[in-house]
Amino acid sequence: MSEHTQPLLSVRDIAKRYGSHIGCTDVSFDLYPGEVMGIVGESGSGKSTLLNCMAGHLTPDNGQVIFDTRADGPRDTVTMSEPERRMLARTDWAFVHQHARDGLRMGVSAGGNVGERLMAVGARHYGDIRDKATDWLDRVEIAPDRIDDRPATFSGGMQQRLQIARNLVTGPRLVFMDEPTGGLDVSVQARLLDLLRGLVRDMGLSAIIVTHDLAVVRLLADRLMVMKSGHVVEQGLTDQVLDDPQHGYTQLLVSSVLQV
Amino acid sequence: MTDQPYNFAYLDEQTKRMIRRAILKGLAIPGYQVPFASREMPMPYGWGTGGVQVSAAVLTPSDRFKVIDQGADDTTNAVSIRNFFRRTAGIEVTTKTTDATVIQTRHRVPETALHAGQVLVYQVPIPEPLRFLEPRETETRKMHALEDYGLMHVKLYEDISRHGHIATAYAYPVKVEGRYVMDPSPIPKFDNPKVSDCPAIQLFGAGREQRIYALPPYTRVVSLDFEDHPFEASKADHPCGLCGAEDSYLDEVITDDAGGRMFVCSDTDFCETRQAAGHRGKDAA
Repeated sequence: MSEHTQPLLSVRDIAKRYGSHIGCTDVSFDLYPGEVMGIVGESGSGKSTLLNCMAGHLTPDNGQVIFDTRADGPRDTVTMSEPERRMLARTDWAFVHQHARDGLRMGVSAGGNVGERLMAVGARHYGDIRDKATDWLDRVEIAPDRIDDRPATFSGGMQQRLQIARNLVTGPRLVFMDEPTGGLDVSVQARLLDLLRGLVRDMGLSAIIVTHDLAVVRLLADRLMVMKSGHVVEQGLTDQVLDDPQHGYTQLLVSSVLQV
Repeated sequence: MTDQPYNFAYLDEQTKRMIRRAILKGLAIPGYQVPFASREMPMPYGWGTGGVQVSAAVLTPSDRFKVIDQGADDTTNAVSIRNFFRRTAGIEVTTKTTDATVIQTRHRVPETALHAGQVLVYQVPIPEPLRFLEPRETETRKMHALEDYGLMHVKLYEDISRHGHIATAYAYPVKVEGRYVMDPSPIPKFDNPKVSDCPAIQLFGAGREQRIYALPPYTRVVSLDFEDHPFEASKADHPCGLCGAEDSYLDEVITDDAGGRMFVCSDTDFCETRQAAGHRGKDAA
């Protein structure tokens, strides 16, 4: 950690209101390279609003999202121009949606889905694109002979893994994940988590994971932020927060998990 | 003879002025789709309402007008549009590509090279090349604005993965002057090279979709492709049965119900000119 004095992402006083209703407010934190941050909270607590503000899908009413770009160093992505933000979104960032259908092109083959980001940044050699797509399908445990099948013929777990391959193919540095394991059955969840953990460690990715599943953050996240009604009520190291919750809501959250 | 109840070339002057403004804007930004207030024309959508409006806006009393439909001067659509302007504008009409000053076309570029001073008007059904990949107009406009064209190559990728080669044979997407991706209207990809660096002005009109776009003379137009699957202007591998031409785009014509067929030039003027010059193909009577 000593050589990485510069945070990859600094969030400062982000606020988003929907009319008089608060989406999220007063959120600030730093994310360092290679770090995985979990955001937990109940439905409607502003987790997804916060994630969308950081990823540029929503414009926050207030605050800064400073990303350490490769070319120009730290830049505020909120005030950045749309083309620059889109360029970031298809090179250095990745966004994994809760529903694979939102993140995939269902009418396009698996190979085309993985190749889209490569072609968007200028890859124009069919053979290379296909080799890379095959390699990535293999890394997310999808049989290479399914490369020309459409995602509609895939199971839910496979679709989610395909979405991850499609996002990671350009070697992003920061991954936003919105409930990546939501809607999958537990054994598939376990495999996906295993896969994600491997990829995050191997590629040295930084990630922000929004979830309501405490097991997911326990496995993946280094640090944890607990949100309630648009506010951050507690943050710290994952094990510390989960094992010794200080805030009343965190205590409730931790005690609500059924111990099997 | 001009039918007096109509203004010159059917449309009123204010409408023509509006269309000319759109054309000028299109010429200033090659490949950019300019919205215009398309009028109801006395023909159904899909029959060339966009092309007719653009032609009406550019025609002058001294013009000589030619209309082709899939290369042919003698099909219903071509004949009726030609008659329409002969009656409403009283202009001269011709079938000779070299004599015409304004040529309205559906789905072909004439074989005979165009020269400076000519205007080629295309009828366009769907002007948006990204439409079948991204159905939202707001999104496709944004993609054009931001030059976010990765999706176009996804379509070509899908072609190769499914068919082993780029199977798109018409309406083959092109990039104009390294900026806008454009649909050259449903011309066969054989014609794509002729669109590039052409001395004539090329105007594209889509009536139902209310869009006009344009290519000024000598505009660089590049067909999209992959490095290892380069663009190829393909045609049927036969000579013309009537005039023997080896280098023209051919129609396959079924001649009986026993498998008999012949290949003839789709450009009727080109074929007739060659036959008049004494060229003969194997099926010529």
